[in-house]
Amino acid sequence: MALRSMAAQAATILRIRCQPHLAQALAIPLARGFATTVPIPQDLKFLESHEWVKVESGTGTVGISDHAQHELGDVVFADLPEIGSSVTKGKNFGVVESVKACSDIYSPVSGEVIEVNEEVKQTPALVNKNAFGEGWLIKVKMSNVSDLDGLMDPAAYEEHVKSGGH
Amino acid sequence: MRPAMRVLRLQGFPIFRQLQLEERLMHKSDENWCVFNNGTSPPTIVMGVSGSPEELLDVDAVSRDGIPVVRRFSGGGTVIVDEDTLFVTLICSRKAIPSLELFPRTILKWTGELYKNVFLDNPDFTVHEQDYAFGQTKIAGNAESISKDRWLHHTSFLWDYSPARMAYLTIPRRAPAYRLGRSHGDFICKLKDYLSYREELAELLEDALGRHFCLERTRLEDVDEEEYKHRTRFVELLRSPI
Repeated sequence: MALRSMAAQAATILRIRCQPHLAQALAIPLARGFATTVPIPQDLKFLESHEWVKVESGTGTVGISDHAQHELGDVVFADLPEIGSSVTKGKNFGVVESVKACSDIYSPVSGEVIEVNEEVKQTPALVNKNAFGEGWLIKVKMSNVSDLDGLMDPAAYEEHVKSGGH
Repeated sequence: MRPAMRVLRLQGFPIFRQLQLEERLMHKSDENWCVFNNGTSPPTIVMGVSGSPEELLDVDAVSRDGIPVVRRFSGGGTVIVDEDTLFVTLICSRKAIPSLELFPRTILKWTGELYKNVFLDNPDFTVHEQDYAFGQTKIAGNAESISKDRWLHHTSFLWDYSPARMAYLTIPRRAPAYRLGRSHGDFICKLKDYLSYREELAELLEDALGRHFCLERTRLEDVDEEEYKHRTRFVELLRSPI
């Protein structure tokens, strides 16, 4: 609702005289444009299910996107895998709980979990505060660099979000 | 063409078995389901996936009285359920409602509209934060489990409730703002004050669901019993030392 109000104000400022149906037509794309206010780091790759990976020297750091944390609401619990366990590209590796819902989270890459974000386990709200940064979830020693093939770059992911995330 | 949905109507089915059934249907089935359970036995406390008994329960009273405690696979809060609880669970594939983005708020918005059609005769029905309510009093708790291609939304309606049983639950630290610190008795209302008979909820729900799905009644014995490693578990409580 707040996003639509901002869009309506923007339309007024731009001196657009709108019929109610036109105002609504404008509000939806303008509202979606405001939906992700945090810039997407350009060195990330994404799954359609809103997880990201940042690869450095064969290690992938994995988290969920800012759009995902915004849509989930307050994250209250993160169930993450043990160090040493295996994750597989496209498969579920854990769960985040947000008030009333448990949402499965999927790994963008395959490999061995070499680090788990203990700070997120203690303070799950870090995922809401900084989903692309300190809210990371796991680090994976990648078993296959070609896992990055087929993942979305930031521009494609942004388009995916604007189209409703399907 | 409306997608198919299998409707399973249960009577007094134990909640632990119901939750394990739902968990299996969520993760092993690719069909759409509505599970309706008219009451359960024995009275059982059900916590969400991250619930802490020490924070949410009067552990000594629960242990003393031998009330089973179950940790379910979905998120959300803690409830005590019994013969006067009516359970409704929807389990759907993404393709059943392609326009629905699978996040908690969007799913709750869709189910809220569904229940608005169920409670057409009750204009006070609303969705308050994440609760279903009549006016400012909560009529049902709900919780969700979401994967990339499926979603589950389960709801427990209080046809009636026992204040003595409700006393096993503490007021949660994390409560919706509209609760305003009220006790269970002041915050929650009884469905029997709004509907004429218990089965009416299932009948009204099937009417509402029938606008979106092609419903097919199913018997429990016709549901596949695939192996599955459930997260739903009984919780062992540690009583405080005397």
